[in-house]
Amino acid sequence: MVGPEQPLLPGTEAPGAKFERKADEIIRQYPVSRRSAALPLLHHWQEEFGFVSQRAVEWIAEKLELKPIHLLELVTFYPMLRVRPGGKINFKVCRTLSCALAGSHDLFAEIRERCGATASAGHGMYVSPDGAYSVEFVECLAACGSAPAMMVGEEEFERATIDTVERVLTKSKARRATGGMRKD
Amino acid sequence: MTKVGAANDRLAEHRIILRFVDEPDYTTDIDCYLRHGGYEQLRKALSMDPAAIVAEVKASGLRGRGGAGFPTGTKWGFIDHAKNRKPVYLLCNADESEPGTFKDRQILYKDPHQLLEGMIISSYANRAHLAYIYIRGEMAHGAQILERALAEARAKNFLGANILGTGYDLDIFVFRGAGAYICGEETGLIESLEGKRAYPRIKPPYFPAVLGLYLCPTIVNNVETLCNVKHIVEMGGAAYSKIGTPNNTGTRIWCVSGDVRRPGYFEYDGGAITLGELLYEVCGGIRDGNRLKAVIPGGSSAKVLRAGEIYPIRRKNSEGRLEEIEMKLEDLPLDFDTIAASGSMSGSGGIIVMDHTRDMVECLNNLSAFYAHESCGQCTPCREGALWMHKILDRMREGEGRPEDPQQLLDLADQIAGRTICAFGEACSWPVESFVAKFREEFEAKAAAKEHERLQPAC
Ligand SMILES: Cc1cc2nc3c(=O)[nH]c(=O)nc-3n(C[C@H](O)[C@H](O)[C@H](O)COP(=O)(O)O)c2cc1C
Ligand code: SF4
Ligand code: FES
Repeated sequence: MVGPEQPLLPGTEAPGAKFERKADEIIRQYPVSRRSAALPLLHHWQEEFGFVSQRAVEWIAEKLELKPIHLLELVTFYPMLRVRPGGKINFKVCRTLSCALAGSHDLFAEIRERCGATASAGHGMYVSPDGAYSVEFVECLAACGSAPAMMVGEEEFERATIDTVERVLTKSKARRATGGMRKD
Repeated sequence: MTKVGAANDRLAEHRIILRFVDEPDYTTDIDCYLRHGGYEQLRKALSMDPAAIVAEVKASGLRGRGGAGFPTGTKWGFIDHAKNRKPVYLLCNADESEPGTFKDRQILYKDPHQLLEGMIISSYANRAHLAYIYIRGEMAHGAQILERALAEARAKNFLGANILGTGYDLDIFVFRGAGAYICGEETGLIESLEGKRAYPRIKPPYFPAVLGLYLCPTIVNNVETLCNVKHIVEMGGAAYSKIGTPNNTGTRIWCVSGDVRRPGYFEYDGGAITLGELLYEVCGGIRDGNRLKAVIPGGSSAKVLRAGEIYPIRRKNSEGRLEEIEMKLEDLPLDFDTIAASGSMSGSGGIIVMDHTRDMVECLNNLSAFYAHESCGQCTPCREGALWMHKILDRMREGEGRPEDPQQLLDLADQIAGRTICAFGEACSWPVESFVAKFREEFEAKAAAKEHERLQPAC
């Protein structure tokens, strides 16, 4: 169980019409209770804006006819929900036993060093001073047979090594140099 | 049938659930699934009476693959359709977060339509018209694969209104978790799906089949369990029950990770091979020429087994009489009952192997960190105890152990198990109990290491 160590950031995001259409589509999947759409909408927000702000909590609460506390209690419970922006490239390394046996803790240290992710952003996440990279431990990713398991954004990697990390970094640099297609 | 690279024919896998997943041309596309006989069993099931399907599942002996091994047909039988006036819901537990387990992932990512077919049949059998797949949040890609498969199934009218003209309506949606292990516990899952914190519910009622999602009868089943239903419809409950051994029918998918040469997932009939055969022949033995030290047989919550142990196993002999025999660790047949008789459990099928170079205090500390992080916090013994055990172990690991630590750990574990709302209490205590009891000398050595130094006057 985790909780934000600091209050939510106020947030200045302005959800557009497309965002709202998708939100309505999500809500329709819960015909019995709108409240069921709370976590899906928080995911939707985080995917669009990178983290959950006070604005997010209020916008979703209004949309679902809930009180902001009903959203805040989720934000303080589910580890995947983030209340601060992570790095533009975020590494998640599996901390748990099978991956630890395969060297995931060394990999974690190597990524931190390679990306200069020195500043703690709370909850065990480390960010580079320029905000470009972050790295955090996560629990078993259900890929223990091809340990160590790692995620970069939503992409999953098995048998990850520092070479995998280098490839990810090179690719993202190339993408940025050509104008980029990443939405973040 | 897929052969493992072993000379012994007995060790050839018998793949029913994973039959196609690793074939080079097999894709997640519905056309590929249809070419492989997909949705034929749905047609068959829809021509049957729902009660007849429940009867087949009962006859099959199928036990849940999510961890507890509860008989699926019995669970389904809890809903009395003659009396029930509320809607029924079916939930697929695709939270797969038990450390060491990665079998559901193979199905979700490589054969989503098999799961959907199993789910649609199961929903029909339980007279549900709305179902959800609760998939763990990190599997964003898996969720996309499912979304696409659902859209394909809807387009072909395997889902939606009036499925294949039978008058049966069903909708299935994907719900993503957000990184909390406790969402795998079925009542925590339900709370989470209701838009709340995943706080497991106080029992009774013992089964969501009585009171589940939105306070209605709800069937919660694991991914692998629901896939099996499709095959039960195909071969009939009686034929299915002949696979494996009595009370351990059907196949099981075993996930092996840790210190073996060839880790992976392997599907075998219940009780068909032994733990030794799986580790030494199928998985190529312990890596780097090392020796086996310990093995967790059923996901991280299962009690650890120590190399060299011999277990008194009570079982029925060929004449049906109860006998007690001694069995070495390597000779334990992989099934529900024998692994339970060895004092552990086959749980989710996640087998984690540790070789002789591993420090048991370190290994247990890794698991205790997991449980300390994942306790939902409702019950004091679990919330405080899981963290306390982790703090002790972390301190021991750092060389600051105290002589009373091993006993303190055992006492703590003892006061959590059985005193909590959900089985997470046992899940966090069993590793501690078994590691400390079975490797006591190692924990005592760690605990004593610093004492000598601590007793020295500071200079
Ligand atoms: C702490 C805890 C975590 C669990 N995690 C999972 C899980 O990730 N996946 C799963 O299928 N079952 C999990 N279970 C078991 C479920 O509560 C439930 O028994 C299961 O989904 C029922 O399906 P089955 O009868 O098909 O096995 C967990 C149970 C506990 C106590
Ligand atoms: S046993 Fe632990 S995880 Fe389960 S309800 Fe209690 S505090 Fe939560
Ligand atoms: S322990 Fe890392 S994926 Fe399971």
